Amino acid sequence: MAEQIERSEEPQRSAVAELRDDAASRKRFLKMAGAGAAGGLAVLFAACGGDDRSGSTASETSTPAATATETPAGMSGDLEIVNYALTLEYLEADFYAQVIDSGLVKDKKLADLAKALGQQEQEHVDALKATAEKLGGPAAEKPRTKFEDVLSGGLETVLNTAATVENLGAAAYLGAAGGIEDKDILAAALAIHSVEARHAAALNELVGRSFKGDGKLEGSLPDGAFAKGMSMDEVLEQVKPFIAS
Amino acid sequence: MRDPQPAAPELAAIEIHGMSRSAFLVRSALAAGAVYGAGAVSPYVRGSLAQSGGGDVGILNFALTLEYLEAAFYAQALKDTPGLSGDIKKLATEIRDNEDEHVDALTAAIKGAGGKPVKAPGVDFGDAFASEKSFLKLAQTLEDTGVSAYNGAGPSIESAEVLGAAGSIVQIEARHAGLIRLARGETPAPDAFDKSLTTDEVLEAVKPFVTS
Repeated sequence: MAEQIERSEEPQRSAVAELRDDAASRKRFLKMAGAGAAGGLAVLFAACGGDDRSGSTASETSTPAATATETPAGMSGDLEIVNYALTLEYLEADFYAQVIDSGLVKDKKLADLAKALGQQEQEHVDALKATAEKLGGPAAEKPRTKFEDVLSGGLETVLNTAATVENLGAAAYLGAAGGIEDKDILAAALAIHSVEARHAAALNELVGRSFKGDGKLEGSLPDGAFAKGMSMDEVLEQVKPFIAS
Repeated sequence: MRDPQPAAPELAAIEIHGMSRSAFLVRSALAAGAVYGAGAVSPYVRGSLAQSGGGDVGILNFALTLEYLEAAFYAQALKDTPGLSGDIKKLATEIRDNEDEHVDALTAAIKGAGGKPVKAPGVDFGDAFASEKSFLKLAQTLEDTGVSAYNGAGPSIESAEVLGAAGSIVQIEARHAGLIRLARGETPAPDAFDKSLTTDEVLEAVKPFVTS
C-alpha cells in the first residue's frame, strides 16, 4: 500500500510538469451533458441539497461562475480562471508570510503548521504563475494585501481568518472547475482544490469550528457530506477586505 | 498505455456497470481511441477511468465502490475499535455519515443516468481495528486514496454536472483526510498538490481490503 501511494507521485508530478511545459498541446473541451443525462443527474443534486449551486457550478450556462468566466475563446477563459486562482493564492501565501513574520504564533507546532501551509500556498503561486505565462499571459500581479487589522486582532483572529480564507479557496476552486476547458489545467486545479480543502478542515478544527463550521462562513463551508462551490464574484466580494488595491 | 489486464485477478470479479473490471478497462481504452485516435489513447487513459459515453456512469460506479468501502470501514471501526476517544468517535461518526450520504447520492445518480449501481463489495480490514492508532492509520490511507481516485478521474468526466458532483464529494474526502491527519499529529496536506491515481493504482491500493 505504501508503495502504491509512493508510486502515485509520478503521475502527479508529470501532470503538473505537463501543465507547466505543455499546457496547450492536449487541450480537450469538456463535453456538456446532454439534456437526458442532466435530467437523470438532477437526482444527485437533489441529494446534494443544492438545487442551484452544487449543480450549477459545473454548468456552462446561467450561473454566476460561468458568467464570470465566459469568454468566446477557451484558452482566454482558462487564463482568466488561472489568474483568479493565482490572485487567491498570492493572498493566502502573503497572509501566512505576514503571520509568521508577526511572531504572533508562539506555539512551535502551530508555527510549523503555518509555515507548512504557507509553503504550499507559495508552491501554488509558482505553478499558477507559470501556467498563466504558458497560456500567453499576462499573469496576474501580486495584489497589495491588507492584513493589518487581522494581525492586530491577535492569534485567534489570525487563525479564524486563515480558516476563512482557506474555506473560500476551496469553494473558489470547486466553483471554477466546471469552467476550465483544458484537461491538464483542470487536473492541476483539482490537485490544488483538495489541498485547500485539507487546509480548511484543519483550520476549522483548530479554531474549534465543527466540520460544518457552526454556521460561520456560510457559503463556503460544506453542507454536510457535499461541498459547495462559490462563483468568482462571491469569492472576490468576501476577500475584498484583505485587498488594498 | 496501461496494461488493461487486471493487476489483481481477484478484482476482476468487481463489476463496473455490469462489466468485469478488465472488460471495462479495455472498453474504455477502445472508446478513448475511437474518439481521439489511437495515438491519443495513452495520455487520456493515464490518470483516468473512462472516456466513452458510458464513461461517466463507469466513473460513478467506481466512486460508489470506494464510498461503500469507506462507509463499511468507519461503521466497523465504530463498532469494533476498543477505547476510541470521544473526539475520534465523533469524527468517525461524522465521516461515516458523510460516506453513507455519498453512497446514496452516487447510487441515485447512477440510476438516474440509466446505469446499474454496483453492489457493496465484501470487505476485510484485517486487524485495523485493534486500536485507535491502527484505525487512524488505515483511515488516513483510505482517505488519501479516495482523494487521489477522484482527482485522477476528474479530468475524464464528460458531463459538467457529474464533474460538479465529484468535486463536491472529493472536497469532503479531502477534509476528512486533513482531519484524520491532524488527529494523528501530521500535517493536513502531505504535498502542495494532491496526487491523482489511475484506476489500476486505486484498485491495487484497496485490494487488500476487498474480498469480493
